[in-house]
Amino acid sequence: MREPIQPGTVIDGYTLGECIHEGGMGAIYRVTAAPGRDPGFALVFKLPYLGYGESTIGILSLEMEQIVLSRLTGPHVPRFVAAGDIRAVPYIVMEWIDGPSVAQSLGRAPLAPEEVARIGAALADAVHGVHLQEAIHFDLKPENFIVRPTGEAVLLDFGFARHARYPDLLGEEREFAAGSSAYVSPEQLQGDRSDERSDLFALGVVLYELATGKLPFGEPQTLAGMRDRLWRAPEPPRAANPAVPAWLQEIILRCLEPQADLRYQSAAHIAFDLRHPEQVALDERSAATEGVSVAAQVGHWWRAHRRDGALRRQRRLAGRVPVIMVAVDTEHPDDERNPALQRATRQLISLYPELRLMFVSVVRAAPIGSGDLDTTTGRHLEHKTRLRHWVEPLGISRARTSLHVVEGANAGSTLLELARANHVDLIVLGAPGAAQRALAWWRSVASSVTANAHCSVHVVRVPEARDEGGSDAS
Amino acid sequence: MLIALFADVHANLEALNACLSHARSRGAQRFAFLGDLVGYGADARAVVEVIGRHADQGALVLKGNHDQAIATSAGYFNDASQAALQWARDTLSAEQKRFLSGLPLLAREATVCYVHASAAGPERWEYIDSPAAAGRCLEANDACYTFCGHVHDQVLYFQTGQGRMSEFRPHPGTAIPVRGHRRWLGIVGSVGQPRDRNPAAAYTLFDPDREELTFLRVPYDAAAAAAKIRACGLPASLAYRVELGI
Repeated sequence: MREPIQPGTVIDGYTLGECIHEGGMGAIYRVTAAPGRDPGFALVFKLPYLGYGESTIGILSLEMEQIVLSRLTGPHVPRFVAAGDIRAVPYIVMEWIDGPSVAQSLGRAPLAPEEVARIGAALADAVHGVHLQEAIHFDLKPENFIVRPTGEAVLLDFGFARHARYPDLLGEEREFAAGSSAYVSPEQLQGDRSDERSDLFALGVVLYELATGKLPFGEPQTLAGMRDRLWRAPEPPRAANPAVPAWLQEIILRCLEPQADLRYQSAAHIAFDLRHPEQVALDERSAATEGVSVAAQVGHWWRAHRRDGALRRQRRLAGRVPVIMVAVDTEHPDDERNPALQRATRQLISLYPELRLMFVSVVRAAPIGSGDLDTTTGRHLEHKTRLRHWVEPLGISRARTSLHVVEGANAGSTLLELARANHVDLIVLGAPGAAQRALAWWRSVASSVTANAHCSVHVVRVPEARDEGGSDAS
Repeated sequence: MLIALFADVHANLEALNACLSHARSRGAQRFAFLGDLVGYGADARAVVEVIGRHADQGALVLKGNHDQAIATSAGYFNDASQAALQWARDTLSAEQKRFLSGLPLLAREATVCYVHASAAGPERWEYIDSPAAAGRCLEANDACYTFCGHVHDQVLYFQTGQGRMSEFRPHPGTAIPVRGHRRWLGIVGSVGQPRDRNPAAAYTLFDPDREELTFLRVPYDAAAAAAKIRACGLPASLAYRVELGI
């Protein structure tokens, strides 16, 4: 019997309020803490069903969530407050996240592409935030994403999750092999609970749903029905909603690749593409409006494997897939530091089998009154051409690179903002050149970026000729 | 009460001292030595002396297969191991040999079972190298926590909801919650001869009050331990193993 607990019941100093959600494995209540234990924000209380005849899965799942959620921090997860002993009253007290769930946005689906991209990028940010902390959610679906009034997304329900540093208490539990049938990834169906790219597949299903109002693989009730996705690509989103642009279709289909190696390799890359639609590399499937034959699909996988497969097989050894930002000075294309910067970029490319490179040129804003819109557009194009000329000799596939010409009065702060917004892991830029040597180091772009960056910074210097300079500094 | 769990010291004094002082700095109040004090290394005499002093102060010390072989040689050791055992026989005092031969194979304290190899027939020196072997060990005792050595890699086995055993490779330094409603089997790692290509000494801290287990790795002067092995004329392979962690 599942009898809701009466409001006013006190458990371990927490006074239960109304029941706000009854799920398959437990219920969630509003709750107030005893004075002195009040953390200063609104709380909810999660309690699994404990009655006779209930599956033990609810308790197991709560035990896992206690471990994972209590180790996670940041804006993309509810703050963990307290856990009840599994042997007495198992529960979790956590922050109450105010805001609509993505399931509510689905009521309006299909959404405009710009809105799908905006919401999707926030969801990808949240998934990335959790992956960076060595956790995988494994049950992403619209109900488990809340969007805060600020636009940031929060992931809920870590009952299926796992954390790389803690034993996976659910790994051997058969009932857990599949999460929610519409969203579960092919590898999860096969019992693999080790791949964070499973979350990227589920995110792809959510994006598909937002863009078309439909589920790419339906909601199969049998394991056989779910197994379809092991080999079948879904109907392209444009078949369901012709208003889906090619770039969005490409992003969604890449998330839904049956083979994890062919998907995006990091949620940060999905967020990036959703924020820079013009940079998405398109191919023949991007604009397709009908499903492809099995033969064509096999052909696509074969070509994709030949192109990227060998490199990605090394990925597990190399660890995380970084986003690297290279700052290029297109205002001074003949700058002495350019060859050194290109060499450093080549070395970095050879270190990582899979990576995303952003090439950024910050140009000074055109002086007011110096010309009309056309000249500024012309200037922009000129710099973009120079940037492309700089990047092309590196021979990197366009799917892995993006070019950005940005206007900004302060190159340092412009670079830093871009880096933060795009989950950049490493910024590469030149040390002050000969012209700036006269300036104090702290006034250089390199010094302000190194001092204030949220990530690592690689400052590239042109090696001094030893016989000329007095020092061996490098 | 924080308990430090050491196994497979294998006559490596440098590694033992590094782990002991690391454990003390972490606040360990009780020490358990889960067998194989000797064998492989050069410092059998000094290691047995240090561990014997801890035993006098209440530390738990168990017998391993190498300790047993000091008194009764066994045929399954390879030539290098035999040479190291003979070196130990030549250097240990009669009293130290009596200490080793008098050690128990298994001990029970509160919710914990300590054993060198497996609680399922400790004298058979079975390796716990699979969830199935871990399951046999747990079937043979009823403790909530079982800690052993013998296998030199750090591994945590735990019982799932359906009673099957699952295997987890721990990250050094992470305190893992090990709640008492499940059964757990920790292979604590080898102090003196790690074999995972990382020469750093391995041991484990158990906090029964917080129900947490922390597997640890401690870098130490492996070159000095290897130099002593060479200096006393033991096979060079034993020195390499210590230097490279193989």
